[in-house]
Amino acid sequence: MDFLQIGLVLALVIILAIPLAKYLVNVYSLESTKQDRMFGGLERGIYKLSGIHTGDMNWKQYAKALLLSNIVMFFISYLILRFQGVLPGNPSNIGNMDPLLAFNTAASFLTNTNLQHYSGESGLSYLSQMVVIMFLMFTTPATGLSLCMAFFRGLTGQRSMGNFYVDLIRSITRVLLPLSILIGLVLVSQGVPQTLDPTAVATTLEGAKQNIARGPVAALESIKHLGTNGGGFFGVNSAHPFENPNGFTNILEILSMFLIPVALPLTFGYMAKNKKLGWILFSAMGLMFLVFLSVTYFSELNGNPSLEKMGISQENGSMEGKEVRFGIAQSALFTAVTTAATTGTVNNMHDTLTPLGGLVPLAEMMLNCVFGGDGVGTVNIIMYAIMAVFIAGLMVGRTPEFLGKKIEGREMKLIALTILLHPLIILVPSAIALATQMGTSAISNPGFHGITQVVYEFTSSAANNGSGFEGLGDNTPFWNISTGLVMLFGRYFSMIALIAVAGSLLTKKRVPETIGTFKTDNSTFLVILLATVLVIGALTFFPVIALGPVAEWLTIR
Amino acid sequence: MLKNIRLSLVLLVICGIAYPLLMTGVAQVIMPEKADGSLIKNESGKIIGSELIGQSFKDPAYFHGRVSSIEYDAAGSGSPNYAPSNQDMIKRTEKDLTTFLKENPTVKQEEIPADLLTNSGSGLDPNISPEGAEVQVSRIALERGVSQKRIYNLVEKHTESRSLGLFGEPKVNVLKLNMALDQLK
Repeated sequence: MDFLQIGLVLALVIILAIPLAKYLVNVYSLESTKQDRMFGGLERGIYKLSGIHTGDMNWKQYAKALLLSNIVMFFISYLILRFQGVLPGNPSNIGNMDPLLAFNTAASFLTNTNLQHYSGESGLSYLSQMVVIMFLMFTTPATGLSLCMAFFRGLTGQRSMGNFYVDLIRSITRVLLPLSILIGLVLVSQGVPQTLDPTAVATTLEGAKQNIARGPVAALESIKHLGTNGGGFFGVNSAHPFENPNGFTNILEILSMFLIPVALPLTFGYMAKNKKLGWILFSAMGLMFLVFLSVTYFSELNGNPSLEKMGISQENGSMEGKEVRFGIAQSALFTAVTTAATTGTVNNMHDTLTPLGGLVPLAEMMLNCVFGGDGVGTVNIIMYAIMAVFIAGLMVGRTPEFLGKKIEGREMKLIALTILLHPLIILVPSAIALATQMGTSAISNPGFHGITQVVYEFTSSAANNGSGFEGLGDNTPFWNISTGLVMLFGRYFSMIALIAVAGSLLTKKRVPETIGTFKTDNSTFLVILLATVLVIGALTFFPVIALGPVAEWLTIR
Repeated sequence: MLKNIRLSLVLLVICGIAYPLLMTGVAQVIMPEKADGSLIKNESGKIIGSELIGQSFKDPAYFHGRVSSIEYDAAGSGSPNYAPSNQDMIKRTEKDLTTFLKENPTVKQEEIPADLLTNSGSGLDPNISPEGAEVQVSRIALERGVSQKRIYNLVEKHTESRSLGLFGEPKVNVLKLNMALDQLK
């Protein structure tokens, strides 16, 4: 039964990703398409109200527009959070957010991370949930998708990089908004609340009083997954029965967060007029995903050895931190998908995962290219692909080419920096946190697991994932500032560097294909690509993984 | 700069105000009960709870739900986030196990499914596994003076299958089952 339900979900993902990939090609087409008739009116209205020109941009203009618009969104969000207590739309009388927590929250949602150092029920007013959280939940995946498309255009040698504002707005009007409305309503039909009434008060069967927090949950729930955002309405996120009431909503949420990242490599294949290349990239990520999924599934199914020793039946797997309605199969699948797609929503508590089960989400975020978040994940795997071409080129002594464009020093420097930055902003802050009282005082689980808690927090920030080993007491100045900065670096440095790479490739002349050209659309390249990811991406983190999850596993086995 | 501010505000209105209000309006018109949180009311219209949110049950005459460090206080949500290696979790489990065996003297330790002795992720899990309900049947029958068979039938009736027969796990809603217990004559 477990294999059947997991297999069916994965099959559905692939079946639905193919038409979506084709749809996305048209959404971001530089020519006019049939879609314009349907969405053009609304989009022209937005251009007019905002005073936007829709002409082509070069890479510097594109990067500038991306940065400026994001800075403005950051300040608007920060201000609303700081003053939510006195603003309207606050029926449950929630206070203003303090400055450092507001900085962390605004940075977190701006960078598509959605790391939450507050608890939604008590930390945010309904207004903040709507105009800060939901607003950013649309604009940040739209920013990621725009970046991805600019990158694709540069690599595939299209007319120009496109226009950032057009890409941003189309991502919302043609992809995220219509799907969110549809999926949100299906979620309501399954029991996800959508109301502006305050907390309900019940008198339980045993006569006690029970306060039941609710709110406009469904609207947030659908965009939370579609936009690979991950910040829950409630503290426990999609483990909360109101966010994810049954097995059906669970697979709907899995599909919502996985479809766009899975479709994008195929979209790239279509845009490059090389479908096979799209499928090679897809397979590389798909193979890594299957390995990770199996490790977490079997590890959780085996249960917790410490409880087994006490004679507690572990026949149904390790159920601490999991919900009965999901069981092991749907929990393991959700965990593997949410950290692959860097969504960060959780339907079980990752802190309670068995050591090897918890290693999987950590490793997926360290690689950061197993499908990845909307837009940015595909860009990351292509970055590794260029790296693979470069290494292979050096070995045979040829100038490396990707899609007929010469890869030279300038591009490689930017790509190498981007790849190196990821471990740097994870390992250095983790080392500081583990060496100081500021960091270690937040650890809630003693021993090796505590190391994992700290590393997980920074990995999740750097990968813009947002899930956490939530036992960590992270609402302190140290954690709010450090993770806030890691999230901002993790997002914007690579974005700008990669737009520059795309801009420089766009202007290069295409070299004609010869018999000596290194092919990037066959299985040999697939193997080289996987090896590159493994050697460069994974080995960097091996020591810290050995200290955390592996050491814990050895102690309780 | 000005156009970025204008754009942000326009998008804020569309995504942050119009979208959630539209969703609220539509949801409230076509499925108001679900949109309000699937609340259960008694004959006099008082709210007893929500179908989807678990409640704390201590009375031995009721089926008990899963461990909840927040005592099913649905104003919040959460779990203690115990690592599998955490000694505090081992101690908690030992304590709960002793209590359970004392309350259910006919049950052997290896018959207790793990979900009854572990904290759910949300602390609000409304469900237990069907086995989790079955091991409590003899206690309930004794406490209520009803035949075990009638309680078994009730558990069977309240066992919900997987979504679409495929996704998730079979489960029993503890609140609904206990309400049905109270209806038994």
